[in-house]
Amino acid sequence: MTRYPIDRLFPLTILLLWTILALFGNWMDMAPDQIHLEKILVPPNAQAWFGFDDLGRSLFDRLITGARTSFLVSLWVVSLSAIIGTLIGMLAGWKGGWLDLLIVRIIDIFLAFPGILLAIALAGMLGPGLNNIVIALTVVGWVGFARLARAQTLSIKNREHIQAARALGTSTQRILIRHILPLIVAPLIVEATFGIASMVIAEAGLSFLGLGIQPPTASWGTMIRDGTRYMLVAPHMVIVPGLTLCLVVLSVNMLGDKLRDWMDIRIKS
Amino acid sequence: MLRYLFIRLGSALLVTFGVICIVFFLLHLIPGDPVEVMLGESAQQTDRAALRHELGLDLPLLNQFQTYLTRLIHLDLGHSLRSKQSIVAILSERVPATFQLAVVALLFAVMIALPLGLLSALRRNTWVDHSAMGFAMIGVSIPNFWMGPLLILIFSLWLGWFPVSGKAGFGSIVLPALTLGTALAAILSRMVRSAVLEVLNEEFIRTARAKGLNEWRVILKHALGNALLPVVTILGLQLGALLGGAVITETIFAWPGIGQLTIEAIQQRDYPVVQACVLIISLTYVAINTLTDIAYGLLDPRTRLT
Repeated sequence: MTRYPIDRLFPLTILLLWTILALFGNWMDMAPDQIHLEKILVPPNAQAWFGFDDLGRSLFDRLITGARTSFLVSLWVVSLSAIIGTLIGMLAGWKGGWLDLLIVRIIDIFLAFPGILLAIALAGMLGPGLNNIVIALTVVGWVGFARLARAQTLSIKNREHIQAARALGTSTQRILIRHILPLIVAPLIVEATFGIASMVIAEAGLSFLGLGIQPPTASWGTMIRDGTRYMLVAPHMVIVPGLTLCLVVLSVNMLGDKLRDWMDIRIKS
Repeated sequence: MLRYLFIRLGSALLVTFGVICIVFFLLHLIPGDPVEVMLGESAQQTDRAALRHELGLDLPLLNQFQTYLTRLIHLDLGHSLRSKQSIVAILSERVPATFQLAVVALLFAVMIALPLGLLSALRRNTWVDHSAMGFAMIGVSIPNFWMGPLLILIFSLWLGWFPVSGKAGFGSIVLPALTLGTALAAILSRMVRSAVLEVLNEEFIRTARAKGLNEWRVILKHALGNALLPVVTILGLQLGALLGGAVITETIFAWPGIGQLTIEAIQQRDYPVVQACVLIISLTYVAINTLTDIAYGLLDPRTRLT
């Protein structure tokens, strides 16, 4: 029988809940934009666990719609970054030479923009909106995958089975996809897990700054932003979305840590 | 050493050039006509032509880049579209505030991380270790745009210890610096822990203990001293996260630094200012990283090989 200790059960439950709400939330009877004038700034109570915001909209409904936003954005960004980054990184590691040199330099240049500064600048220039956030965050996100994929490719490109494949005249494309990718996919998955956490934060951060999702669409970042204006009278408006965001990020980080430990052990043994 | 220095500086120069290229092209990412976006639809034809000429947008792309570079070399970042002030003057007003904030945040982070990491390494796998690393985990997971409002809620609104926002007096820096420093403290304490754990297994620790040194002396001087070297490198890299995080933190606390300026400029569509801010922040980061690398090369000759 498998034991499920609390440090695995907790994040798994949270993430499962997040995914389910994001995927099936719009089948539930949600009214995130419905205004109840008599309920403006009503704090959490037995009927509405999370209370209402400054326009009298249900925080619970907005939270669940916001889950969908953050889930969609992070999934899109991580998938796009992983595909683009891995492709570029593997190509650089495999080809070597001037192509490798060029790609490493480009990676260095992108890494020279600290944190989410480049995403902020890009989102600021492109203008707000879901598509532009995905573009801005992908431009920043591919670098991590590229660096990792390049290093991994370099470390295994001289293995026997790859030399054998080359000797047999296998095409580059086939070698990369069939012989190298399966061996380097594990660390990329760890990177992707942590990537989801940082993209959830990044989306909320951009939306918090007003550069991301625009009202009235619900996003956890805009909810926190709205909440900061009413902190004295309605602290629940800041606490509820922030706590939700933290729980999701914490869960992803905890799982990522476990995944990394597990892979470390597997690699060592 | 000289060779290492040249190689390192050369690559820093290359990265600087790349950063300038990207910042230059930012202006061309604006959908539609940037001049119209900046001035609004009701602007006069002559005003548009004047701005187009000032930004050099009436020239071919290559010439534009050339002009941009020439101006940069002369430390001319252009003028703000809103206040008409020269951007260099605006920046020199804002940079000291960000510098202050970053230094205090860094100080907080080190003050929290060192004891925390050391303690959890020494009391490995006890409740001390678990709770310290639990704290670190939570610290990494709390985004600063929630941490900030939360701190304001508790320490400004409920307890009334510190001002809500702005920059006035000594107390006003505490909350923004804490907000900015927490995530760094969390990452650093994990680094300190693993670095100390690694060093504790070294033979020189055994020697130090065998020759009867006081345990505290062994830990503080021999273990921590040697564990700090890798931690310092991480610190240099993490300063970037600090600079990036300053944009959000300064916006929350209305801290009059370069980060707040960036967001204000984006909201006012003052794009030359946005470009200048992004350029300055990134180039500072490049400079810090280069200096860290060079310092590291000086301290530890083994790293010069790569």
